[in-house]
Amino acid sequence: MENKNKMRLTFDSLSQNESFARSVVSCFALQLNPSISEISDIKTAVSEAVTNAIVHGYSQGLGEIILECEIDGNKLHINIIDNGIGIENVDQALEPFFTTREEDERSGMGFTIMKSFMDEVKIDSKKGLGTKVYMTKVIKTDS
Amino acid sequence: MEIKYKNYGRSLIVYFYGELDEYSASETKNIVDRLIEDNLNSDKVVFDLSGVTFMDSTGIGLLIGRYKKVRRFNIPIYIQGASVATEKVIEIAGIYKIMPKI
Ligand SMILES: Nc1ncnc2c1ncn2[C@@H]1O[C@H](COP(=O)(O)OP(=O)(O)OP(=O)(O)O)[C@@H](O)[C@H]1O
Ligand SMILES: [Mg+2]
Repeated sequence: MENKNKMRLTFDSLSQNESFARSVVSCFALQLNPSISEISDIKTAVSEAVTNAIVHGYSQGLGEIILECEIDGNKLHINIIDNGIGIENVDQALEPFFTTREEDERSGMGFTIMKSFMDEVKIDSKKGLGTKVYMTKVIKTDS
Repeated sequence: MEIKYKNYGRSLIVYFYGELDEYSASETKNIVDRLIEDNLNSDKVVFDLSGVTFMDSTGIGLLIGRYKKVRRFNIPIYIQGASVATEKVIEIAGIYKIMPKI
């Protein structure tokens, strides 16, 4: 009856690892029988958090990204952690269209997408220490 | 990501195939910009996204960036063929308001 499982993985902050991270999480999520749209929501949210770790967190150079997933009942928890530069003002970073990298054609929609595609999103960040993004998706049965 | 194109009368149709993320964005950007620069006599540009299998906010940035470039030449951009998942990302950023769906 009890449905629990977890995984943890570390990878370099290289953009070719974005599709790897998306695929790993969606494969892990399959045991919850998600719908196609739930899977694509999860993939997009993971891609947002991993991209942010690479382009913002580790903008000064290569680092390691930790990806943790945990299944608890019908919930999938996903944590994406970097030890990069951290976020100065989290409330501001969460605002739609806020970006510190407009010159790189960023739109400032990453966090907005994570929040709207997942059921819960929490950010824990400290300047100079890094950023943790905690997300939860509730997989609905018979969706 | 792979880019193909077709001139259809005075329309330039740009076909995007594959995953549009940070990994593929900068090369895609360069190819699409060069295509547009080579076709400045076009009346309109259509981005056909039916071959896009994944897109995140990096794709939003890329689309808005192309819009800003092309606007200087007074050429409208339209979008066609986006999948349900791609459309969800496009709509959250209001992209269809500046690059209408056809
Ligand atoms: N892991 C991180 N480390 C440091 N700063 C971050 C991190 N994630 C986000 N930020 C900051 O928060 C801002 C907003 O992030 P968000 O993903 O919403 O937009 P963006 O990445 O700038 O643009 P987009 O995601 O649309 O390409 C970023 O511009 C950056 O300043
Ligand atoms: Mg982002």
